[in-house]
Amino acid sequence: MSTGMLILALVIIFPLAMFVGRTRAGVLNRGSQRLHSRPVYHGVYLALMAILPALFVIVVWGVAEPLIINNSARGELPQTVLDLPVAEQNLVMGVINNLADGYNRLSDDELAQMRAGADGTQRMLAAKGIFLPSAPEPFMVDVAEHMASAKMTSRLLAALVSAVAAILGFFIGWRRIAPAMRARNIVERMMLIGLLAASGVAILTTFGIVMSVLFESIHFFSIVPVTDFLFGTVWDPRFSAPGREGAGQFGILPLLWGTLFISFVAMLVAVPVGLFSAIYMSEYASSRLRAFAKPVLEVLAGIPTIVYGLFALVTFGPFLRDTGGAIGLEISANSVLTAGVVMGVMIIPFVSSLSDDIITAVPRAMREGSYGLGATQSETIKRVVMPAALPGIVGAVLLAASRAIGETMIVVMAAGIAANLTLNPLEPVTTMTVKIVSQLTGDLEFNSPQTLVAFALGLTLFILTLGLNIIALHTVRKYREQYE
Amino acid sequence: MMNDTRMEFQTMEQPMAAEQMRNDTLKMTARDVDVFYGAKQALFGVNLDINNNEVTALIGPSGCGKSTFLRCLNRMNDTIDIARIEGEIKLDDQDIYDRKIDVVELRARVGMVFQKPNPFPKSIYENVAYGPRIHGLARNRTELDDIVVTSLRKASLYEEVKDRLDEPGTGLSGGQQQRLCIARTIAVNPEVILMDEPCSALDPIATARIEELIDELRENFCIVIVTHSMQQAARVSQRTAFFHLGKLVEHGETQEIFTNPRDQRTHDYITGRFG
Amino acid sequence: MSDTVIPVHRLTADELSARTRRRYAAERRFRYYGIAALSFAFFFLIVLFASIVSNGWSAFVQSSFAIAVKLDRTVIDPDNTGDPNVIRAADYTKLARQALYERLGVDAESRPERRDANGLLSRGVDTQLREAVLGDPSLIGQTVSFNLLANGDVDALLKGAISRDVPEANRQVNDRQVAWADRMVEEGVLKKRFNTGLFTFGASSQPETAGLLVAIVGSFFMMVVVVLLAVPIGVAAAVYLEEFAPRNRWTDLIEVNINNLAAVPSIVFGLLGLAVFINFFGLPRSASLVGGLVLTLMTLPTIIIAARAAITAVPPSIREGALGVGASKMQAITHHVLPLALPGIMTGTIIGLVQALGETAPLLMIGLVAFVVDVPSTPLDPATALPVQIYMWATSAERGFVERTAGATIVLLGFLFVMNAAAVYLRKRFERRW
Repeated sequence: MSTGMLILALVIIFPLAMFVGRTRAGVLNRGSQRLHSRPVYHGVYLALMAILPALFVIVVWGVAEPLIINNSARGELPQTVLDLPVAEQNLVMGVINNLADGYNRLSDDELAQMRAGADGTQRMLAAKGIFLPSAPEPFMVDVAEHMASAKMTSRLLAALVSAVAAILGFFIGWRRIAPAMRARNIVERMMLIGLLAASGVAILTTFGIVMSVLFESIHFFSIVPVTDFLFGTVWDPRFSAPGREGAGQFGILPLLWGTLFISFVAMLVAVPVGLFSAIYMSEYASSRLRAFAKPVLEVLAGIPTIVYGLFALVTFGPFLRDTGGAIGLEISANSVLTAGVVMGVMIIPFVSSLSDDIITAVPRAMREGSYGLGATQSETIKRVVMPAALPGIVGAVLLAASRAIGETMIVVMAAGIAANLTLNPLEPVTTMTVKIVSQLTGDLEFNSPQTLVAFALGLTLFILTLGLNIIALHTVRKYREQYE
Repeated sequence: MMNDTRMEFQTMEQPMAAEQMRNDTLKMTARDVDVFYGAKQALFGVNLDINNNEVTALIGPSGCGKSTFLRCLNRMNDTIDIARIEGEIKLDDQDIYDRKIDVVELRARVGMVFQKPNPFPKSIYENVAYGPRIHGLARNRTELDDIVVTSLRKASLYEEVKDRLDEPGTGLSGGQQQRLCIARTIAVNPEVILMDEPCSALDPIATARIEELIDELRENFCIVIVTHSMQQAARVSQRTAFFHLGKLVEHGETQEIFTNPRDQRTHDYITGRFG
Repeated sequence: MSDTVIPVHRLTADELSARTRRRYAAERRFRYYGIAALSFAFFFLIVLFASIVSNGWSAFVQSSFAIAVKLDRTVIDPDNTGDPNVIRAADYTKLARQALYERLGVDAESRPERRDANGLLSRGVDTQLREAVLGDPSLIGQTVSFNLLANGDVDALLKGAISRDVPEANRQVNDRQVAWADRMVEEGVLKKRFNTGLFTFGASSQPETAGLLVAIVGSFFMMVVVVLLAVPIGVAAAVYLEEFAPRNRWTDLIEVNINNLAAVPSIVFGLLGLAVFINFFGLPRSASLVGGLVLTLMTLPTIIIAARAAITAVPPSIREGALGVGASKMQAITHHVLPLALPGIMTGTIIGLVQALGETAPLLMIGLVAFVVDVPSTPLDPATALPVQIYMWATSAERGFVERTAGATIVLLGFLFVMNAAAVYLRKRFERRW
């Protein structure tokens, strides 16, 4: 029985238990003593009593099961494998895991072939939907068999234990229903815990992100030294089979350069356009123009990035190439310029709407002081409003920069795929996000450095953008406090 | 000392009329001024003469239109989209609402100090230097320094801040900030200074200093001050105008208004029946 | 008079007017920069839409032959078994071709002629006829009129994407095929008709039989998952933070977290989904459930922020009123605050959904880039999503996909437009000023 089925069962149990509890409380209500809480609270109470313990069991089981089973399987590995470095052990475990997942789909005959170490088993398994990075070795089949059966037992046990928990919870709850019971208070306390838990999801997400990229990155760095990654100037992750010689070179510098170069071009477009739009809208535009222009700029922010990417790919890139050709410049259709300009347009609204807020927040008194001295409007904006708004605007620009750095689809479609350390904006470069996508799409074997490097790139990207965001949010918040 | 010589020198340069124009000459006149905010009329046919080298106080209960009138005198109401002004306001016989008049030049001649001190988020020096810079009143750094120091002296702030001219103006105390704003205003050497309740955000001691300052500034400038406090009007002004419900009820010598008001409403306001 | 006070440099009248002119020129220039910036943004937006629409509108029509096909029993089910397996295995292409030969008057003995005629038909006609017959076996033996899909090259010819001026050798359709196509067009048989296939087909290597259904269903499943998870969690978190959270470090941590999550690159969420949902929890790759989970985590900050704003907008007097008549705090919130905040929450939710629907990068990470022919029936089946489909078509080599790509983009933008309009409507309809 899968976890999904168990949870589905709980979803069905909930209203049933609620109905029972409500009816029970209703019956009690007709007695002499008045109910403390309305029957519906007793119903919810009983329902919660029935499902919460079971849910707890399911969740704990779901987390613990793979850990335990994997550990015990690791113990069964022959000594030859255990002598290998950790990274290669993981490769072996990956094969076993995939094998175990599909174990029940295999016939005895096929298993026997694998045990005998026959040729072509990898292809045979692929036909059954079991994709292995390398041919299964006989010892793996045994481990996989144990693993598969352990999983079966574990699932059965999980179902049994959670059923017991549910029934137990239900009966305890049932016995406790009484007129004097403060069902509402209990239910409300549980609701509060639920609310708290919901707000914890944000933290859990961040934790999940950090853990997932960190673990896989550490895994990657056990194969490729950190220094080679951080200071290498060559990006050449040869797609060789795992475990073989020549893992390729994973220097991040060309990718980092590409990312920063494109983002820089994007900011060259977005900052002046966004800032001047914001200034014009907040200081000059009539309210009618404002009512029209603001939503239009927001449309720019609402267009999915894939659409920008498509535009860059089919319209803007070829247009630049042809114009370049007409004036004797060689611009490739995928270039820093193409991706940068289109990305710049995409982040205009991020600059403009935040800047608009910030400029509007500059107190009117400040402007009047300047007008009162006979300054023109632009003098007031340039010399009084802008300096006052500067910290906030810096924050807005940093946020926009972090968007640019993390943007994926535009660069995937318009920047190019070859790592290129160049200063020429007319040439293609590639970025970290492009490489994350290209290393992780298609059939992947999860344990090779070629795949894992994506997580190291993700970690770099995360740290980079997180740093920018924290600084940006901090400056913006400080700025807001100043004028509150 | 150096400044004093310069002042003398400049006086000598234009010796003409300085003395005779100084007394009781008309600086600004307002005729039949109506102001509308959208559909709502805020001022009704105001007629008022403002003399040179005098302090004219505008008093009246809140919402009576005194600040509105003040803001008409240097066209600060232009910054409010829905405001509309009718009638005629003249500065030295020139209609300031004339098409030919440039509002930027006008405001350099008719400066304004606001209710709440509003120093720019810049250094003390830059706050004062701002006006001279935008109007091109200094040819070099020395001249600019001179203007800044003289203005701060005039605003009797110099001694307190001379060692920290590079620090932000927002770091000063409220009273100091307001004097900084006054220094900022006089640094462009205006002819008229408008003050919109300049002491309402200050404590009594700071208020007293500003009042002293206003009295000193009267020698060189024409000053119009809006105030909520009748004592203040009595202390600093030579002429007083009483506004009520958008109308100018009465105006004349301050002495006269406070001791012997002609209108019952003025009388009631001064004696504290309403306010 | 006051010249004496401040040692200012007096400008002459000429200097002054020159200076004023310069200052006003600077003022005007500054204003023009603003106008130029706004115009640039508007211009770009217009070009963007124009390029998509001009590339994509033709994807909504597709060339097909309106031909009566004789569903010959001897070909479909010679032994009259009625067995669906037999019917499924029949050679429908042959039937379609024969109908076309008759209509064109092809010399059945001439192989080149037959080959050229075959080239006019899409490979998808096979499926077209099979589905019709499987759906209604009583058609066997009858002559039924079909709109048989034309080959992608013929479609391109009709849409002008293939030029007749190109020498025959370099042209995908030869002169004979062009002549036939022209004749069929004249006779009203070959026509561009509304492309229902765009909405009813799944993935295909032939542009004319490639459709968006799998992607639309996949995106729909993901949106359902997002609504079911992100809305309750988001609203609960917002209620907690606004109404219950004490001012302490834990709360601060949560708030900082939410703000930062809103700015984390979407692709990082994809890595999270890959490592946690697929690798750790072993959920299937390419499943819309996983996509929905990842998008849920991504949209959560948006929904929380919007819901908090909506909750703060409800004045405290409402809560006090409820507490005053003896409601518990939880009751005050569930009975009064939340219903009043609902429009704001819904608007925020829709904005979050819009964001989620247009998101591509994280879905690439979790394998939603698959060639899926069959429409997924549960969120656990392999699927794609609309933006991912656009990506896949955009990167495929055949030219026939160019218009499909832009067409799919129009469909995506259409969905987003409808959702945004709904958000605006909700805001206008239920806007409440306190």
